[in-house]
Amino acid sequence: MPPSEALGMELSGFSPRRVGAMVLRYWYLLRGSWPRILELAYWPTLQMILWGYINQFMAGNSSWVAQGAGVLVSGVLLWDVLLRGQLGVSVSFLEEMWSRNLGHLFVTPLRPGEWVASLMVMSLLRTLIGVAPAALLAIPLFGYSVFDLGLPLALFFVNLILMGWAIGLVIIALILRHGMGAEGLAWIAVFTLAPVSAVYYPVSVLPGWLQWVALSLPSTHVFEGMRAVLFDGAVRWDHLAWAFGLNGLFMAAGVTIFLRALHRARVRGALLQTGE
Amino acid sequence: MNQYAIKAEGLTKRFGSPTNPVVAVDAISFAVPGGSVTGLLGGNGAGKTTTISMLLGLLLPSEGRIEVLGADMVRQRHRVLPRMNFSSPYVELPHRLTVRENLTVYGHLYGLSGVAARVRELAAHLELTRFLDRPSGGLSAGQKTRVALAKALLNRPELLLLDEPTASLDPDTADWIRTYLEEYRRETGATILLASHNMLEVERLCDTVLMMRQGRIVDRGAPVALLARYGRGSLEEVFLDIARARGTASGADKPEAADAAE
Repeated sequence: MPPSEALGMELSGFSPRRVGAMVLRYWYLLRGSWPRILELAYWPTLQMILWGYINQFMAGNSSWVAQGAGVLVSGVLLWDVLLRGQLGVSVSFLEEMWSRNLGHLFVTPLRPGEWVASLMVMSLLRTLIGVAPAALLAIPLFGYSVFDLGLPLALFFVNLILMGWAIGLVIIALILRHGMGAEGLAWIAVFTLAPVSAVYYPVSVLPGWLQWVALSLPSTHVFEGMRAVLFDGAVRWDHLAWAFGLNGLFMAAGVTIFLRALHRARVRGALLQTGE
Repeated sequence: MNQYAIKAEGLTKRFGSPTNPVVAVDAISFAVPGGSVTGLLGGNGAGKTTTISMLLGLLLPSEGRIEVLGADMVRQRHRVLPRMNFSSPYVELPHRLTVRENLTVYGHLYGLSGVAARVRELAAHLELTRFLDRPSGGLSAGQKTRVALAKALLNRPELLLLDEPTASLDPDTADWIRTYLEEYRRETGATILLASHNMLEVERLCDTVLMMRQGRIVDRGAPVALLARYGRGSLEEVFLDIARARGTASGADKPEAADAAE
């Protein structure tokens, strides 16, 4: 069967109820363990506090930071949206690997597209649980609200989480291909993009050739757009357009790579032999 | 229902590189009549689990064709997956979810109406009611097997594939499971294909047995017919004859051989 036909079959016949069933499965897991819920909010909150004090200190010692109120806090909170978005997809997938459940799941009528949709819903929930408390805590602690970014904040959020999902799908594909030996990628992959995403500094700081690399990432356009709002009070629609366009390519690539890896796993018999 | 619940023709699975392949299943053909219980019997590495995985659509065949409940399993498996189910002690349900949570999730995946009532009904049938709110990972082997069976029966499957359904169970629990499967088949007319090492289980439950060795079907027939053919008193002795390659394999890989045995 041609791969394109296989991909088409896997994406057809979408059922919201089966998506809901998988979301329920991950929700049962999450609600059954308060340390897991606490862990979701722990790192974003800790990071926000750390960068909040750095921001406060730098505001008195750096004219650049002083001009853009809360630029570092906004950076860390939005960075966590990307990180939590990717982890939300990858960790929910890893739960199936750890519990050796893929063999059961794929003999039900569940389609891969429905499973991916459920991973995305859970990623959204996990990100909100993780980042929202940190964002709210920044208001009394540092007198800074990321929500002051207004409507662009929602567009930044959408772009970062889309990019997180695309990367998450590629990581799932790598784990399906290479087994649990590739599990570590789920925890570190996004960090390799941090230096070129220009989270805490303008992209112009990077060498010329690296700027081209940076601008091929949706995240870089989001953080450039964020600084434009904070420093100039302007919404840079060009950056947002680039971010959405690149995310379209990233998602198309992520879904294709994931479905091909799943198809190859069915060829190799990897769905029954998952786990440690 | 179709005359045959399962039809496999020239089913082959090779693993590894094309230049140095390992042939796990080697061009087997068989047909399982609707409403029958068929056993896949063979030693370790005979190809039983690989065959079942291909029948479920978890594994794509290298060659050959599989038709399950009238659908091509490579191209149309989503048409028939709601009508079949599977249980194996080697594929576990998530440990941290309770039995009720696991069965509820699978009930929704199968699109059942009245999931909560169906879970309660199955729990009562399989004597699992008092374990419903316990984490699945904390159950004993026998309890886990009954939970896996409950999962496999949630959608009242027309076709049930069982991979060693009583492996590692004590004789009493194993007997209980076999009795339950006999009753389920009698009440629903379901087709059951089970892979097993347990000769007594196969003799008791199966109408037809497919004997596998090194990826091939080396003989087939009703348990009584096999005993007569080999002049043995038990399937275990037949199995040992075949395992030691003393059995006849002529014509065994033709689907009509299974039909003739009916």
